[in-house]
Amino acid sequence: MSQKPLSEIVEELRSKYPGVEVSEQGTLTVPPDTLVAFMRDLKENYGFNYLTNVTAADYMEYFETVYDVSIVGEPHMFHIKTKVDRNSPVVPSMVPIWGGAIWQEREVYDLMGITFKDHPDLRRILLDDAWTEHPLRKDYKYEGGRE
Amino acid sequence: MTIKTEEFLLNLGPQHPSTHGVFRIILTLDGETVVKAVPVPGYLHRGIEKLAESRTYTQVIPYTDRLDYLAGMLMNWGYVYAVEKLMNVEVPERAEYIRVIVGELARIASHLVATGAYAADIGGLTGFIYTFRDREDIMDLLEMISGARLTPSYMRIGGVAADIPDGFIEKCRRFIDYLPDAIEEYNGLITGNEIFQARTKNVAVLSAEKAIDMSLSGPVLRASGVNYDLRKARPYSVYDRFEFEVPLGTKGDCFDRYYVRLLEMEQSAKIIRQALDQLPEGPIKGKVPKVIKPPKGEAYAEIESSKGIMGTYVVSDGSTNPYRVHFRRPSFVNLGYLDEMLKGWKIADVIAILGSIDIVLGEVDA
Repeated sequence: MSQKPLSEIVEELRSKYPGVEVSEQGTLTVPPDTLVAFMRDLKENYGFNYLTNVTAADYMEYFETVYDVSIVGEPHMFHIKTKVDRNSPVVPSMVPIWGGAIWQEREVYDLMGITFKDHPDLRRILLDDAWTEHPLRKDYKYEGGRE
Repeated sequence: MTIKTEEFLLNLGPQHPSTHGVFRIILTLDGETVVKAVPVPGYLHRGIEKLAESRTYTQVIPYTDRLDYLAGMLMNWGYVYAVEKLMNVEVPERAEYIRVIVGELARIASHLVATGAYAADIGGLTGFIYTFRDREDIMDLLEMISGARLTPSYMRIGGVAADIPDGFIEKCRRFIDYLPDAIEEYNGLITGNEIFQARTKNVAVLSAEKAIDMSLSGPVLRASGVNYDLRKARPYSVYDRFEFEVPLGTKGDCFDRYYVRLLEMEQSAKIIRQALDQLPEGPIKGKVPKVIKPPKGEAYAEIESSKGIMGTYVVSDGSTNPYRVHFRRPSFVNLGYLDEMLKGWKIADVIAILGSIDIVLGEVDA
């Protein structure tokens, strides 16, 4: 569907969304408020129809949610990140755009404690419902294990 | 007179052989028909991603074996591939070929479990015995090369742990020469069985659009006719040097999902044969420092595992331990549409539908 080379797509996206930063490795960092418009554009106008991976990382001062988006049958893949405020970790859900985000966002919510707005079924998925903390956070305290 | 009926709840699992491990589905039933299904994973969650943060890069490898423990080699591969991308390590050719050989053997082994267990799910336990008989040959081969049957930990960052032992190549050739006969036997025993077909054909038809939208991958996606196999679409390692086809289904029903796996085994054997023929001489490990300290940064890499796309996300802060590791596990993502797939089917079909997705709980729960 999308025959343009990735670099051209990146240039177009940069001019359309001035807040987007591009790293040397090609990672796109998108501000959370333009994330939905950006992702929808990527899917509808550039053919990125497959959301492969959703995850998050904790950098103590902030969280980062990570999305890997590709095209079925093609080699292209975008590595997209969003910085999330650690004190009120809320990002828009990708489920309205790619249904495949449904379980992966639940996993991030469960283990990292990031809330996905407009997620149809945001519940814990791996841990018990009565669990109160989010183990993948760097300040999570647990007994045993290694330092 | 009308009889008053009401819906009731039924717990399927977590202790039930047909859930292939400790998976639970809370079913709301109207008689025998599923009205609502709520899958509950997590009973085998060990927190591998958290554990990895306090291990060195090499020490993470044995944990990956315990994701998809039916294809541990492929899990090893997915992880080391991401770390190699992060460190810009070049893997020697011979190591890449050995990886392809053991990786495809693991794929066949995993599909043999899927095929046999599926036959057993449908009610034909004999099929299970036959596929496990043949899987034993692969287990022997993997034990020869790595010392372990299920948890090989055979791949290393930059290569593999040991070279091919004497007798391995001959034994491997004997196995792939024999495999077509075995598949013919499965076709007679399972595929052609009238009851098996009645139970699987036209059951839980999955459209290509929905499969893509739900990020499904592997045989589940390809059974719906979507040609997406990373070995072809984004060739990694040396997969661009082999001739093979990507088997596709036409309908996207349970039967197609089952049958695509059988066809994939034939293609895997074809790849192994070519890899054995082309196997170059040379080192089995690239130039990697003794202490692995990748530069600050991150990498995401994907391989095609037996269940679908296995991705690994690694973040390095420049120390000897990974700052963050995430595994995109295909069985986990493939289950995301299960609740909708089960709706409207009878309780006996629940087993057939779940079995056709081919999950392994080590991977689902991580």
